[in-house]
Amino acid sequence: MGEQAFFIAILSSAVIAGTPILYAALGELITEKAGVLNLGVEGMMLIGAVSGFMAAIVTGNSWIGFVMAMLAGGVMGLIHAVLTVSLRANQVVSGLALTLFGSGLSGYLGKSYIGIPVAEPFRSLPLPVLGDIPFLGPVLFRHDVLVYVSWGLVLVLWFFLKRTRAGLFLQAIGENPGAADSLGIHVFALRYLYVIVGGMLCGAGGAYLSLASAPSWLENMTAGRGWIAVALVIFALWRPGRALVGSYLFGGIDALGFHLQAAGVLLSHFFLQMLPYIFTITVLTVVMAKRGGRLAAPGALGVPYDREER
Amino acid sequence: MTQPLVQMRGIVKKFPGVMANDHVDLDIYAGEIHALLGENGSGKSTVMSVLAGLYKPDAGEILIDGVPFCFGSPREAIAAGVGMVHQHFKLVEPFTVSQNMQLGERQGSFLLSDAGIRNEIKKFEKCFGLAIDPDAPVWQLSVGEKQRVEIVRMLYRGSRVLIMDEPTAVLTPQEATELFVNMKKMAAAGCAVVFITHKMNEVQEVADRVTILRSGKVSGSMLCRNVHAQELVWLMLGREIVMNADRCAHGECGAEVVRMENVNAQNASGRVGLNEASLSLHAGQIFGIAGVAGNGQKDLAEVLAGLRTVTSGTVEYLGEVVTNLSPAELIRRGISYVPEDRLGMGLVPGLDAVENMLLKSYKKPEFSGHGLINRQAAETWTADIVRQYNIKLAGLTQPVRSMSGGNLQKLLLAREIAGCPKLIVVVYPARGLDVGATESIHKLLMELRDQGAAILLISEDLDELMKLSDRVGVMFGGRIVGNFAIEEVDLEEVGLLMMGMCRTREERIHGDGR
Amino acid sequence: MAMAVKFEKRLNPSVAMNVAVPVLSVLAAFVVGAVFLSLTGRDAIEVYEAMFKGALGSQYGLSETIVKAIPLMLCALGISAAFRMQLWNIGAEGQFYMGAFAASWLPLTFPELPMLLMLPGMLVLGAAAGGLWGLAPAVLRARWKVNEIITTLMFNYVAILWVDYLVYGPWKDPKGFNFPLSAKFPPAASLPTVGDSRIHFGLLMAILLAILFWIVFEKSRWGYEIKVIGSSEPAARYAGMDIRRNIYWVMILSGAVCGLAGMAEVSGIVGRLQPGLSPGYGYTAIIVAWLSKLHPAAILVVAVLFGALQVGGFFVQTMGVPASVASMLQGAVLFFVVGGEFLTKYRVVIDRKEAA
Repeated sequence: MGEQAFFIAILSSAVIAGTPILYAALGELITEKAGVLNLGVEGMMLIGAVSGFMAAIVTGNSWIGFVMAMLAGGVMGLIHAVLTVSLRANQVVSGLALTLFGSGLSGYLGKSYIGIPVAEPFRSLPLPVLGDIPFLGPVLFRHDVLVYVSWGLVLVLWFFLKRTRAGLFLQAIGENPGAADSLGIHVFALRYLYVIVGGMLCGAGGAYLSLASAPSWLENMTAGRGWIAVALVIFALWRPGRALVGSYLFGGIDALGFHLQAAGVLLSHFFLQMLPYIFTITVLTVVMAKRGGRLAAPGALGVPYDREER
Repeated sequence: MTQPLVQMRGIVKKFPGVMANDHVDLDIYAGEIHALLGENGSGKSTVMSVLAGLYKPDAGEILIDGVPFCFGSPREAIAAGVGMVHQHFKLVEPFTVSQNMQLGERQGSFLLSDAGIRNEIKKFEKCFGLAIDPDAPVWQLSVGEKQRVEIVRMLYRGSRVLIMDEPTAVLTPQEATELFVNMKKMAAAGCAVVFITHKMNEVQEVADRVTILRSGKVSGSMLCRNVHAQELVWLMLGREIVMNADRCAHGECGAEVVRMENVNAQNASGRVGLNEASLSLHAGQIFGIAGVAGNGQKDLAEVLAGLRTVTSGTVEYLGEVVTNLSPAELIRRGISYVPEDRLGMGLVPGLDAVENMLLKSYKKPEFSGHGLINRQAAETWTADIVRQYNIKLAGLTQPVRSMSGGNLQKLLLAREIAGCPKLIVVVYPARGLDVGATESIHKLLMELRDQGAAILLISEDLDELMKLSDRVGVMFGGRIVGNFAIEEVDLEEVGLLMMGMCRTREERIHGDGR
Repeated sequence: MAMAVKFEKRLNPSVAMNVAVPVLSVLAAFVVGAVFLSLTGRDAIEVYEAMFKGALGSQYGLSETIVKAIPLMLCALGISAAFRMQLWNIGAEGQFYMGAFAASWLPLTFPELPMLLMLPGMLVLGAAAGGLWGLAPAVLRARWKVNEIITTLMFNYVAILWVDYLVYGPWKDPKGFNFPLSAKFPPAASLPTVGDSRIHFGLLMAILLAILFWIVFEKSRWGYEIKVIGSSEPAARYAGMDIRRNIYWVMILSGAVCGLAGMAEVSGIVGRLQPGLSPGYGYTAIIVAWLSKLHPAAILVVAVLFGALQVGGFFVQTMGVPASVASMLQGAVLFFVVGGEFLTKYRVVIDRKEAA
């Protein structure tokens, strides 16, 4: 295998490995921008992965599976919204509950689906012209359609946050819900909406694993990717563009381990598997140390809003 | 007589354990400035929050132009033309002025348009003299500018009824005068301006009509031209209180307790907190620090309590250098601190009174042995203190968060005094307290001073400073810019210093013509 | 008649609700579980009955329940220490594995040691490794405010992979037919058991630790500091408490107790180091700790209940029901507890108004 072919292989699988994290990170980014911390990403991804997979098996159509995954993720988001927005529960614990429940329920529902192949998984769809560019083509433009959709999502989200009124409202309810409320912005309704939308994207991230990159169902197949997505939002300083770069960086580390082993590097694969986790911790520490602990975090992140709090 | 623009009839609002509004009636007319006068806790802010749609009343009705409204949210109130400028500004700090303006737009396009907003802001600058930079991030603005943003936003949203909650509390005297001019312009343009206050002179200066609230009830409402200040006081307090400040300075003082020289420190957000601040404070002296909030007062207090790192300069305490010693060490040496944030820093809301009393003495042998806390001894001690200072609480084992502001402050001050401090730093001690509680807090401070403690009193309330202090300093931009013996204080000069106009007497005399 | 439901904040949390909420939460979770069981075509009553009988209906079931409850007790106690200071240590799983790893090192390296040296040595090593594994995220948190939820979780994966590496690699038993298992420990490295059941000395450790925790957190000066820091960091700083040092020590304590759980598991039950030592004890223990409101005595009781769920889940596998039904139920319990806390903080008022 030539050196260039090796790099192309790594970079191209970095995109594949990064895509589920990207979907989930964008979902968490939206949720956190609205001032709600949802640590249930892992659970929402698992639920998305299993329900998308089941729907795809039953209907034979992966798109229906993908939509089901988003709906299921949305329902998980809804649970979190009820607990944290209406019942003002501790957001950390509610998110943990979501993860525990999600991994339990997905394991239960998916038991009989282990090892079944998907009829029509999302296959790579090389883009005309772009796919033929040397080096960049195979790295970026010969993937399945969900990869391209995720790029569109990054653009849309960036534009939404920067340029639209609704995007300004979203940030206002996360920065200062009291102010937003006094101006007539529906804080509760919008928080519900964005926590649910965030859950839907996390579900989509899970479905990418079970319908495109794997494509199969395994218990706890997310293997911590949901948590990496949570860390990534901090790494990205709540900016969609940085989330994209970050996702592929993490995907790259993931892919590197796999490819180094295939290339016969004499390092136990257990250490290579540790890389993304150690990398997450390192990156998070560097970001925090460099910024002196002052982040661009939404001002009211993690704080339940109570209108009559005096 | 024309029909009132707003009529509030029989408004009732209850909070757990409190009747905040008890059948309040209120008429507000277009083209008038209407003052709402009352002590803290009299229900002024509550009744206006009801009008602004923030609280739902438990009973009563609101008529605007004779049409009944029942606001379920601020959105509905704004749609009916009622806008409120809160005491704590409802601005999103990281956003720019124009973004904050667009947050309040009634019908906005899908996309944001900065150009349109800029024109609108210019228009208000022309009409009312309300100048603001649309592209400045709000966190960079001064308090007066933030208030201006709030007012412009309300006008921009088409408010005909403009409510302001204690608008002058955070302003310098000069800024307040400017605000009053603007309020008159707005009333002249046909708005109904309502402002909440507890300062008599403001009522006399700008208001056309005044309504007085006492314990949630209206105790009087009248046109201002036929009213006496004495009558207002009576209606507000329910008793004759002579408000002219009795000065309690006693002149003598002892050895120097604190000496700060050219101290620099960063504030909590990493910007300049103290800038070459110098200070000398003696035993048996109350040193008052005046200034607009956010000019380094908090940093000054925290440097003395060891909670903020000094980057250069020295702090001496009783002749020893104590720069950057730990809070624990400074507590041990007899420095007490009553912080601005009573419930959260000074006291722990979720813990009971006994545990809160122990906060600074839990390591003392009276209350602990073999690493264990002697709860029995602590309870006896707390019960004594509670009796001695006449603190009202539900029980020694109840979390203190349910106590009233005045009793919290008494508990906090009692604990700080219990350590027999040689220096006590007190920040905004009477903020949010009623007259009775303020009085007892002031008495405690004066007793402590007479016993020989050095007291650094940081306050925004000039009346309080004039009443208690032996010397008065002014803080501006992280520096102590004025330092007067109480007899020499010229309030106008203090006001100018608070605004950063650092002129000597001579310059003022000769330069006034400009 | 118009009716409106309103929520009024309680000035002080209701004591009755503090008891009622956890109990009702468990019941509600079973109802939710029943819905999912029925949706997948199973008879919920039958499944629950089988779980109940399996876990508590026989001496064997009971003893297995206790066996599963021991690591839950220890991990939940460890977690409760950190949670009291609002340190969200969800790294119990990793600390458990590191404890197991370090405790295994001694019998695998010095198999000849007498029991009197072996067991205490394993205890100390297990606790130390767990404590260090807890200290690492604590340092990151105290020095650079790195979110400990994420780091403790990432450290879990690292610890599990580390143990995998050992048993697939250098520590693999040469006589083990290439199975990923370490060599069997010598008898001197086994914790004593109760009679001929599998209930081991770890139970006593958990009970003693629970008593110790109660004294430390309710009565001691250190416990007072933790309480203040957990309630309000500014107040703690103001009172001159050393927050950084407390973060370190609390996380060391938290990790050490979870490490002990790992030690007890390899020494008392498994007798060797192997992959998949824990079926998620470290995560289930989070629910146990929260459900118990961090109270040590309650932790012991709730851990037994959750141990029973786990054993019950194991038993219904014979009926073709996946064992993950247990973790689904556990997650649901936590939901209801978290949501139900609303009722301890707020009073529900039903308002009847005459319609106009």
